[in-house]
Amino acid sequence: MAAASVRVVAPRPTGVRASKGVRRDWVVGYTMVAPVVLGALAFVVLPLGMVVWYSLHEWNVLAGTFTFAGAANYERLLADPGLVDSLLASLWFSIGLVVLNIALALLLAVLLDQKLPGTTTFRTFFFSPVVVSLVAWTIVWSFLLQADGGINGFLAMFGLEGPNWLRQGGTAMLSVIVVQVFKNVGLNMILFLAALQGVPEELQEAARLDGAGAWRRFRSITLPMISPTILLVSIITIVGSLEVFAQIDVLTGGGPGNSTTVLVYYLYQQAFRFNEFGYASAVAVLLFVIVLALTLLQWQSRKRWVFHEV
Amino acid sequence: MHTPIRRPRAAATGAALATALTLSACSGGEPGALGDLETPSEPVDLRMTVWTADESHLALFQEIGDAYAAENPDLVSGVTFETIPFADYTTTLTTQLAGGNPPDLAWVLESYAPEFVSSGALADVRPVLQDTDGYELDDLVPSTLELWQDEDGLYAYPFSNSPFGVFVNTDQIAAAGQENPADLVAAGEWTFDTARDIAAATAEDSGKQGLVVRDFDYQLWENLSTVWDGWGAAPWSEDGTRCTFTDPEMVDAMRWIHDAAFDDGAMPGPGTTADFFAGDAAMTITQISRASALDGSFDWDLLPLPAGPAGKQNVIGQAGIGVFAQGENPGVAADFLAYFTNPENAEKLATYFPPPRASLLDAATLSAANPLLSEEQLQTVVVDGIKGSVTKPVHQNFAKLSETVRAQLDAMWTPDADVAAVLDDTCAAVQPLLEE
Repeated sequence: MAAASVRVVAPRPTGVRASKGVRRDWVVGYTMVAPVVLGALAFVVLPLGMVVWYSLHEWNVLAGTFTFAGAANYERLLADPGLVDSLLASLWFSIGLVVLNIALALLLAVLLDQKLPGTTTFRTFFFSPVVVSLVAWTIVWSFLLQADGGINGFLAMFGLEGPNWLRQGGTAMLSVIVVQVFKNVGLNMILFLAALQGVPEELQEAARLDGAGAWRRFRSITLPMISPTILLVSIITIVGSLEVFAQIDVLTGGGPGNSTTVLVYYLYQQAFRFNEFGYASAVAVLLFVIVLALTLLQWQSRKRWVFHEV
Repeated sequence: MHTPIRRPRAAATGAALATALTLSACSGGEPGALGDLETPSEPVDLRMTVWTADESHLALFQEIGDAYAAENPDLVSGVTFETIPFADYTTTLTTQLAGGNPPDLAWVLESYAPEFVSSGALADVRPVLQDTDGYELDDLVPSTLELWQDEDGLYAYPFSNSPFGVFVNTDQIAAAGQENPADLVAAGEWTFDTARDIAAATAEDSGKQGLVVRDFDYQLWENLSTVWDGWGAAPWSEDGTRCTFTDPEMVDAMRWIHDAAFDDGAMPGPGTTADFFAGDAAMTITQISRASALDGSFDWDLLPLPAGPAGKQNVIGQAGIGVFAQGENPGVAADFLAYFTNPENAEKLATYFPPPRASLLDAATLSAANPLLSEEQLQTVVVDGIKGSVTKPVHQNFAKLSETVRAQLDAMWTPDADVAAVLDDTCAAVQPLLEE
């Protein structure tokens, strides 16, 4: 084929002028990326290295001592019952958040994908919490969830006596999860909505002609087609769930008992309440490893269940 | 992927690195002692952290600071008072220490006094105070210094010694047809049981709350010591090595508190917010310094703490001012502390903070500074309250103890809790921390 014999050859830079041009490109390129690279080095890579360095030390802030402790902080991790409790709390929080958030986001996205009047209004309505300040959002919920707060007041109108949401073991974690779901479900909903609108109509049409019902079309066409988005959303949500802090601090302070002391809150307590900066750094390294492992695991498993249009 | 510890500290990383490397070469851990004051090569700017944001407090501090700077131009160029919100005060302070940016002087909460004193964070200011002309160190009431001493060293000046008392809303109590608590005090019948009965009856009548232990909120349990001291109870032994939450006095006191909250509604339950000073409650146990929050919208009285089965206890809340040994100019800072708290300035500070000086502890001096309170109230609650008083629980390992006890006591704040069993669990969790 004639086309195969055509070779496109880029003009080769020759002489002094060309090499100057290459150098100029090089300088311009590196100047352009320098702010981001330097920022990442200063605020991501260096602090990460510092945390690992701190985790190998016994750091008594009050006494002003900083002594090398080897793996002592990591050995303490293995024998710390408080850490086990916080890992379990994190696990429950993550499971609850991921399941509720993704299910609700997908449901809302499917509903709002219908060509009906008013969907734009609802879309804005569900998305608006995403742009509200996290702490402001949580403080408002903390008032609603008080024993004599708005939610129990609403239930009382129907003769129901609501629980003391933030002070009882069973409901405190649920409350924190629900507050977080409502805060961020709008973002995931928009991502799902964009993915749903990218599903080719002709595939749906063909399936319909073949006699597939709505559920069958959703399961066999829509879900596989939006699976890359499901992967993205699940990674964002799981990583986000491991970072939850402000909600816990404002709503429950880790209680009742230690039922909502998730890993990040535990880390905060160790560092900033108990002044155990060395040990807290070891907990931070553990958190980093967990997040990295989960992300890699999801990334690897994408080949099995994510459908990519070729 | 973020390690959350990284973010807040990212900005200070460079400084922290330098500090960490420097610190690793230092021995540290030994309380610092200040020698003779050396004049710095150029005047320094001193910084003191405080938790008050009250403009009149800060204006008074600044006035004293400016006067010191004017008298000592070769030592200091100025004194800055930095407000850190109370809720995060100690956390922010230790973060500043971790970042290699300690203040020169700081207010220190009594709960953390043993930790700060024994760790070596604070410099021994006794030699400087002793050698300052006209300071009259012997004028300081010995019981107010106990918390801030270690052997012969004195590591902070207890500038505030605010006794706990009971503010009562006499309008609400009279409306409920209850006896005036002041009469009960006069008759020697002012006990926790009578206070609880009045609180419950008044709450039922007003539809508001009864007795509020201020700042407890089912979180800061150490504030309950103002109640359980009446039973002679304590969370741990005096030497801080044995948990005493399971002692009969503590079990009885806790059962009393539990029942007051869950059985007869004398105290608000968990999650219920009630501000006495906004008229939400019949009475509140708090420090007298809160009197400034009264706006005259209802009639009130200030009474001493009620007596419990073990009699009446005087409880005070203390705060100290310490000089950081790690600061850049501990010598100058200690010299400023001696000026800030000398007899003349202590009298000015007494406007807001009951002083530790015996010469200033009389109702007449205090009433000039506290126009809202009568001389009788000041005598019975403040002057008598500071003498022979106890402080709230303190311990060298207080931060961890505070959190652990809070988590354990959460199980008690339900209507059908087994108080004794919860306290057994509390001691099981607390004892290892006492032995650390």
